[in-house]
Amino acid sequence: METYYNPTDLEKFGEIGKEAPEMAKKFFDYYASVFAEGELTEREKALIALAVAHAVQCPYCIDAYTSSCLEKGSNQAEMTEAVHVACAIRGGASLVHGVQMMNTCKKVSM
Amino acid sequence: MVMKFQKTLSGHQLLLQRGDTNTLQINVGRLCNLACRHCHVDAGPGRSEVMDRTTMSDVIDFAGRCRFQMADITGGAPELVPDLAYLLQELRPLVDKLILRTNLVLLLQNRYAPLLDLCKELGVAITASFPSTNANQADSQRGEGVWQDSIAMLNHLNAIGYGLPGSRLELNLVANPTGAFMPVAQCQAEKKFRTDLARKWGIQFTNLFTFANVPLGRFYRWLEQSGNLTHYMDRLAAGFNPATINGLMCRSLISISWDGTLYDCDFNQAADLPYTGEKIHVTSVADLPTGTPIATDDHCYACTAGAGFT
Repeated sequence: METYYNPTDLEKFGEIGKEAPEMAKKFFDYYASVFAEGELTEREKALIALAVAHAVQCPYCIDAYTSSCLEKGSNQAEMTEAVHVACAIRGGASLVHGVQMMNTCKKVSM
Repeated sequence: MVMKFQKTLSGHQLLLQRGDTNTLQINVGRLCNLACRHCHVDAGPGRSEVMDRTTMSDVIDFAGRCRFQMADITGGAPELVPDLAYLLQELRPLVDKLILRTNLVLLLQNRYAPLLDLCKELGVAITASFPSTNANQADSQRGEGVWQDSIAMLNHLNAIGYGLPGSRLELNLVANPTGAFMPVAQCQAEKKFRTDLARKWGIQFTNLFTFANVPLGRFYRWLEQSGNLTHYMDRLAAGFNPATINGLMCRSLISISWDGTLYDCDFNQAADLPYTGEKIHVTSVADLPTGTPIATDDHCYACTAGAGFT
């Protein structure tokens, strides 16, 4: 069945460098640096990436960083908590805008 | 389809041959109380193959003839083999280090208390399967309730002196991935398991080893049934690291099956690829010449992926 998202497309990510190769190289070099061990471990960075992947709802990223988290040593309970962090921030971001709603109500109401 | 393992070796101008053999691994049988989904030997409660006392004597004679630094007893569940205590007692003076593998669950039963006492008395190192600090993941691999019993047994082993800092009684953990993914780097996993086990359950251990699951037996069938086989084999093959060849454990280990047949490793035993290509009984072997070719097949990719299985 034709779908917008195909799991095998993830393997073609590198092909984005066929056009604008310099920008692609800069991006992939930067990407590799970001995920290398630094002040945060590779495992911690993969957990952050998993949470962000859920926040931006990228199926490729969810697929890739689920595997990455498991292979960097996170367990499913930790990964689930990371997804809840994404959920809490997304939900909180919606809810906190309720203040704007209340401000507007206050302004236009008697 | 991945490239045949032998062709990959040839492509790198590599030969896989026996070096100096310093480890004797004895698989005392396929009988096990568990039926783990990652098991490459298809061990389980329905199996009847166990090493008898005569074969044990043959193995002990072999250890006397060939002199190994280390002996490693595995299964199945070795605890279920009736003359295990005899094998432990007779092997102990013949090697510098004697290892007993366990799934932890059986040792929790009172009837195995004398076996545990014997291990302690002989200074037998215990190597225990412990795939995950997460109960659901561990139980999905090993069976319902196994994780809880494993925690209880690890606590008990600590209480009798195993795995404590400075103790002569080694307690090592083996963590295989709980699915069709690559193992965590050993040093990272050891650090995290040490922290988590100490913080949550007060458990200490000596070392932790991480190994890839080998696509054989029950694990192979699970890969097929779950639709993971092709991707998993591709990952293993893509991770081929020529630098692992020299240190592969099959170069320095000989594996003996429950019936006394020799193999280059426990995986070749499961794949029925005998040492030298012919079924040779332990009684007819006087030495293990260096340079003898190691039998290989595509399951060998599991030992050469990434950091390798050494």
